[in-house]
Amino acid sequence: MRKALEFQGVHKSFGQNSALVDAFFSAHWGEVHALLGENGAGKSTLMNIASGLYAPDKGLVKISDKPVIIDGPQAANDFGVGMIHQHFKLVENMTVLENIVLAHGQGGWRKSLQRVRKQISDISNEIGFDIDPDAQVNTLSVSEQQRTEIIKVLIGGAKILILDEPTAVLTDEESTGLLDQLQIFAEQGKCIILITHKLREVFSHANRVTVMRGGKTIDSGQSPKNLTPEKLSKLMVGEPTEISRISYSPPKETVLELNGIFSKRDNGHTALDNFNLKLNAGQVYGLAGVGGNGQTELAEILMGVRSMNSGEFILSGTPLTNPSPSRVRALGLTCVPAERYIYGLAGDLSVMDNCVITHLKSGQFGTFFWTNRRAINKETKQAIIDSEIHGAEPSTRARLLSGGNAQKLVLARELAGSATVLLAHSPTRGLDVRACTAVHEALRKSASNGTAVLLLSEDLDEIFAISDQIGVINNGRLVGEFNSPADRSKIGHLMVSHH
Amino acid sequence: MEFLTNWLAFMPVFAAPLVLAALGLIINERAGILNLGAEGIMLCGALIGIISYIELGESSALGFIFGSLAGVILGFVFGFLVVVLRTNQVVTGITFVILGSGLTGLMGIPWVNKAVSGITPIYIPHLTDIPIIGRFLFGQDILVYVTIIFVVFVWLFLYRTRTGLELRAVGENPQAADANGINVEAYRLLAATIGGAFIGLSGAYLALAMAKIFVLDMTQGRGWIAIALVIFARWMPWRAIIGGALFGGIEALIPRLKATGVPIPQYYLEMAPYLATLAVLIYAALRLRSGQDAPKALGIPYVREDRK
Repeated sequence: MRKALEFQGVHKSFGQNSALVDAFFSAHWGEVHALLGENGAGKSTLMNIASGLYAPDKGLVKISDKPVIIDGPQAANDFGVGMIHQHFKLVENMTVLENIVLAHGQGGWRKSLQRVRKQISDISNEIGFDIDPDAQVNTLSVSEQQRTEIIKVLIGGAKILILDEPTAVLTDEESTGLLDQLQIFAEQGKCIILITHKLREVFSHANRVTVMRGGKTIDSGQSPKNLTPEKLSKLMVGEPTEISRISYSPPKETVLELNGIFSKRDNGHTALDNFNLKLNAGQVYGLAGVGGNGQTELAEILMGVRSMNSGEFILSGTPLTNPSPSRVRALGLTCVPAERYIYGLAGDLSVMDNCVITHLKSGQFGTFFWTNRRAINKETKQAIIDSEIHGAEPSTRARLLSGGNAQKLVLARELAGSATVLLAHSPTRGLDVRACTAVHEALRKSASNGTAVLLLSEDLDEIFAISDQIGVINNGRLVGEFNSPADRSKIGHLMVSHH
Repeated sequence: MEFLTNWLAFMPVFAAPLVLAALGLIINERAGILNLGAEGIMLCGALIGIISYIELGESSALGFIFGSLAGVILGFVFGFLVVVLRTNQVVTGITFVILGSGLTGLMGIPWVNKAVSGITPIYIPHLTDIPIIGRFLFGQDILVYVTIIFVVFVWLFLYRTRTGLELRAVGENPQAADANGINVEAYRLLAATIGGAFIGLSGAYLALAMAKIFVLDMTQGRGWIAIALVIFARWMPWRAIIGGALFGGIEALIPRLKATGVPIPQYYLEMAPYLATLAVLIYAALRLRSGQDAPKALGIPYVREDRK
């Protein structure tokens, strides 16, 4: 087997942070090569060098055994490298066709439109994708957008396909379909590089695997057949992580009740359709569902930032009709959002400002007019120690924290005081294994302290890891409820079938 | 009747500079550049237009060409500052307004208040004589017709060429454009420069066709109105004509209302275009959801290795 893409001794730093330290990598033609590692391990940075987005500080890049300099995305395309980024590089309010013309248009306008339209239908037929070239990208589902990206790099003649965590946004079924397709590409002689942190994908679909940790290559080019999951995860995180299973405990008093909630999306479509939910103290309730089935609207209604069209919302025994955010907070509902830098933290403010901002009203950090910086500082220092927020001083700007530590900060703030209900909306999105574990432990701990935790998540592993009770939301309705331990395939099926 | 004929006949003269400036701004903003300096660039275009006209043998064509060249230079400098040096676009824009006002005030003294004959309306026998709409449609100066051609041309460019598609992509999602091998900086610099040409031309038109004289600070906020017009037009060239006609109509109405002796204080009349601007912006915010049409990366600099 000949080498397709090779890195030798690559260094790359951003400001003072070293993202890559003497990294090496080698993938062959005709294989699916998994690049495994935690967040921040340097996987994406390494592959962004191959796609021409980043220039290496030092080191050698080879394609087909020839040293090359990839000085831009156009050069990468000329070398046959196509990358499907984690955040798709599509212009949302343009059509599929326009997006692909943008990347690979040649010659006159009409001619390129015609040619690309034909190429899209040829490739779609060949690999069994069904994409309407005239659809606006922002009307497509995530998996359709991903297919658009794949078609785009194939039309560009890519022979080395790099996919950055492609299954993070897909359902189980979609993931399997995609990975099978990638195997077919590899059999046709292409080189497929799969950036992932899911062990399962490595064992089911990769021919070889390279593991990175902290910007260094830890292990290169082994076949997963020679490895066990335990060994691989040890290589990846340096220490084995355990996934605990929760057994069902009988419910205590109900603290949150939703009856027959109807809500419309901004575009007028129904988001929540007669949605019912009962949440008990001391319990983690995992609400599983594919993204976009009403979870966001549900979270927003609970947080008091969206009004519902009809239904009953009872929090701590108090019936509410479209309460304000401060009202639901006063009744003990706190929230850990997925988009922590949009709804959870003010990135340019300090850690201490962020740490106390929701508690200022309580009066413990000063009066109406003055704030007590000393008390805030003390509280923040304690929170940093208790929640193990690494790399943080009270005066550090929150934006500079890594994803995991930022989320720990949000959790520390929201769990301070006594929360009756904690709403956790995809709390571990984009976090690495160790940070995930820390977040999960914090959620479990707050449940054992009597808080009712509502976990909205698209990640079934997470739901199963920490939930006492599991519900499934599909198309705005609660379509099933199970006590842990539950049947994974049954829940997976309820998530994706039509209702 | 006379009033209506007269009003219609003069509306395009007031509308054309607004439409030209708005076109220039649309090109800028479609590429993601917010140029608030339009007012200053227009002033420079007006002064250079008048100077070239007076000094180069009273040729309107040369006046327009050099007026837009002044816009090209200022547009390029603006682009260089905000794209290459990445200065703050809003602050740089406002600096350009002050710069344009100061520069023309300093250098323009010898040419101030010199009336010129400028460009004259065309006359086509019979057609121009048609009642009411004759002069409106067939009695304008040549640049009014050229402006309409420019609108069609810019629309064709943006929506029917690959370069236009790439330019729009740069303004919508520079990350995606870059990943597709499009040179974001080059496109933005180009858009700032070409946009500047239109804005400079608009200034020259003010001096040579509308006022036929150069006065200090003669733009009187038209650069700002053009910026509002772009929002009203939702970044579509042809809608800029509707907006231009609306504002041009109001501006053309003012002197004519004064002349008829309607008992309204003149200050209220002169306030009308700015009140209309405010009204249009409120309308745009309420009804049109202008935020959804605005280029997503408007005013945001792009750096490839910037980590979010």
